Amino acid sequence: MATFKDFRNHIKPNWCPGCGDFSIQAAIQKACAANGLEPEELALVTGIGCSGRLSGYIKSYGFHSTHGRSLPVAQGIKMANQELTVIASGGDGDGFAIGMGHTIHALKRNIDITYIVMDNQIYGLTKGQTSPTSDAGFVTKTTPDGAKENPIAPLKAAMASGATFIAQSLSSDIKGLTAIIQEALNHKGFSFVNVFSPCVTYNKINTYDWYKENIVDIADLEDYDNADRAIVSKYLEEHNGMLKGIVYQDKEAKSYAEHIESYNDTNNVHETPEVSENDFKELMASFK
Amino acid sequence: MKDQITWKVGGQQGEGIESTGEVFSTTLNRMGYYLYSYRHFSSRIKGGHTNNNIRISTREVRAVADNTNILVAFDQQTIDVNAHELVTGGVIIADEKFSPTVDDALDVELIVIPFTETAKEIGSQLMKNMVAIGASAKLMDINLEHFYEMVHTLFARKGEDIVESNRKALNAGYDLMAEKVGHLNLDDFKLNAPDDKEKLFLIGNDAISFGAINAGVRFMAAYPITPASEIMEYMIKHLPRFGGTVIQTEDEISAVMMAIGSNYAGGRSFTSSAGPGLSLMMESIGLSGMTETPLVVVDTMRGGPSTGLPTKQEQSDIMQMVYGTHGDIPKIVLAPSDVEDAFYTTIEAFNLAEIYQLPVILLSDLQMSLGKQTSDPFDQSKVEINRGKTVFTDMEAHETDYFHRYEDTEDGVSRRPIPGLKNGIHHVTGVEHNPDGTPNEGAENRKTQMDKRMRKLSNQLMKEPFKVHGDEESDVLMLSILSVNGVVDEAVSRLDEKVTVIHLKQIYPMPIEKLRPYLDGAKKIIVIEHNYNGQLTSILKMNYAGHERIASILKYDGTPFKPNEVVAEIKGIIN
Repeated sequence: MATFKDFRNHIKPNWCPGCGDFSIQAAIQKACAANGLEPEELALVTGIGCSGRLSGYIKSYGFHSTHGRSLPVAQGIKMANQELTVIASGGDGDGFAIGMGHTIHALKRNIDITYIVMDNQIYGLTKGQTSPTSDAGFVTKTTPDGAKENPIAPLKAAMASGATFIAQSLSSDIKGLTAIIQEALNHKGFSFVNVFSPCVTYNKINTYDWYKENIVDIADLEDYDNADRAIVSKYLEEHNGMLKGIVYQDKEAKSYAEHIESYNDTNNVHETPEVSENDFKELMASFK
Repeated sequence: MKDQITWKVGGQQGEGIESTGEVFSTTLNRMGYYLYSYRHFSSRIKGGHTNNNIRISTREVRAVADNTNILVAFDQQTIDVNAHELVTGGVIIADEKFSPTVDDALDVELIVIPFTETAKEIGSQLMKNMVAIGASAKLMDINLEHFYEMVHTLFARKGEDIVESNRKALNAGYDLMAEKVGHLNLDDFKLNAPDDKEKLFLIGNDAISFGAINAGVRFMAAYPITPASEIMEYMIKHLPRFGGTVIQTEDEISAVMMAIGSNYAGGRSFTSSAGPGLSLMMESIGLSGMTETPLVVVDTMRGGPSTGLPTKQEQSDIMQMVYGTHGDIPKIVLAPSDVEDAFYTTIEAFNLAEIYQLPVILLSDLQMSLGKQTSDPFDQSKVEINRGKTVFTDMEAHETDYFHRYEDTEDGVSRRPIPGLKNGIHHVTGVEHNPDGTPNEGAENRKTQMDKRMRKLSNQLMKEPFKVHGDEESDVLMLSILSVNGVVDEAVSRLDEKVTVIHLKQIYPMPIEKLRPYLDGAKKIIVIEHNYNGQLTSILKMNYAGHERIASILKYDGTPFKPNEVVAEIKGIIN
């Protein structure tokens, strides 16, 4: 059986020392091993940005796609072969700016894949511009007078989009994050995990300490019930989305593939896909 | 007695014009006639003039006719817009309901029949189309039995009453017409007997879809757009039979990226769209080229630019399909020569995409995609699936951390293990990369990998990159693609001069060495295409030096070429 070391490769990440992404990488490797996966059973798809490099840093089938488009690629892989474990990953710019349309629709579509966002509230790779999750007033190269726009609320947007699994954590809590990713991988349907991953180079406001001070663990909320939409929405509103844990899960919902009666093949990849003589004749007859 | 007749039905969009044409043409196809139809429609659901032009022949026809013999009108606008196309002595059969009139200057017969009123008396005005068909049948001396069969096929599931009412409507139209045709020479409207060959009657989009299923497609992702939607609709209807499915995505970018993901995983997937969708897909097509992931995208060209003429004929995406996406990628652009060929070329598109691990654009145009026409049956024994160097079974253990997916090879193609296989793990990225797929922006590696990718296009690609029609040897060479091929063939057959016609199927890379003997031997090379800039002409000129001998025939008003127009244009150039 594979250990987390089997999910390591020879590449040294080019992230800045102290970047939150290192811990997310480690948590994914640990969660995959803990769930009994072999490296070849995992397809990891990323977008563009610092976080996008992740597909090259974990030993598995890795696909580094285009900016904002990791989710469509990941969903396409899963639709071809339901036996693969598919993780899509990217940053807040990738998922909530250029790729927001795909994010919303992947949430509502509920294909059985896991989406891990590394949210640092800043554009890092392009060297410090505002991001869709940057707080109002946040000063960057492109918002010298402070951001004028309101930030996207990813968890609330996910709730509104029909998500069946929503979780959030901090990259610094590797243990808690590993457990969340394990549950996300086990969830039958689309699992969305937002991880605050501090950018130590360009974001001097939303630091490791800032996140620790501002986030509330749902375990500390007495009447919290992550299956109750009303309670989840109430606390998301009350804490401005800053909740930690598996914030919402609908364990009963059917995944996309489970809705399709004819799509019963767990692996729809066939070396020689065939059309029987009878099917050929029948379909051709419909053109008469 | 005639060998061909053109019958046209028109009215307001949404009042059953489409189904009137469908019932009439399907019946005639089943009788054994060759048909070619053209739909005039607008991008709105209800209202606006629409017509369905159906050319019926005892011989193969692959072009819209020059004029019309019979015009069935459900409103005055139909007469106003179309009557001038009637031949001398042509007939208009019009509904009494709108008190039809026709310009006295036209030498045509106006026959008024109460389509709507008669249908109402029988039970429902919905059956006015059956009254009109019955009247047409009388004029053309077609036994109503043929239409009864069609009525049974269409309405049996709705009950015997409905079937009976529709038969009554057919009879009523037939009888009403019988009272009005005494003074006509009915031989002008009667077709000779058809041959007894087996025939299909379908739109190009059907042929492409059926081809895709036979090529092994089991998953499709697409976003609705005219004139491509019929492809996804066909797949939605028929893929479940093969354990497959279709996702209607949020946009065209998602559609093409899902197809890329599915193909990366070893499936055979594709997407279909038209100009606006293809514009959105350009970055993704580049990803397919850079990551060497097979991809097939169908582009059913319509009038551009921007929203352009969304329901009209054009071939103005050629340049974008050949040169679109930033940077240099190997790409193949194919254009089926007709509806029958669309079936086989679609299968070949999937094979080429996988053998050479690159994007293949399969072009169609609105007239080929939506013009319903007769085709020979498809031959299953000619269906061949070639999965190239895709690896489907666990691989041997190797020394390196990652499998060298992008190893440099003579033909530019390397082995492609699909996810899930042992010892096949590698990385895929749109960033320039090492043989194992990990990023490398170094100069030497860049050159090696770029050369490797681009080298693929030096291989023999399509088995038959073009077809030669007309005279094998002549002074005039015509070059055309897609639905224009049929028009050119017909136009050339009417000319006294010898003309060679090339139906180009592999637009890019242009098979210039194979074309050279034909090009060199021609005193005049005429490229005929539906766009303003002469896009195909430009690509020919980029590949071939004899510019002074190259001329273009261009049309960009949204309507398909007609044979008589092409005859006149060719004469203007060569005389």
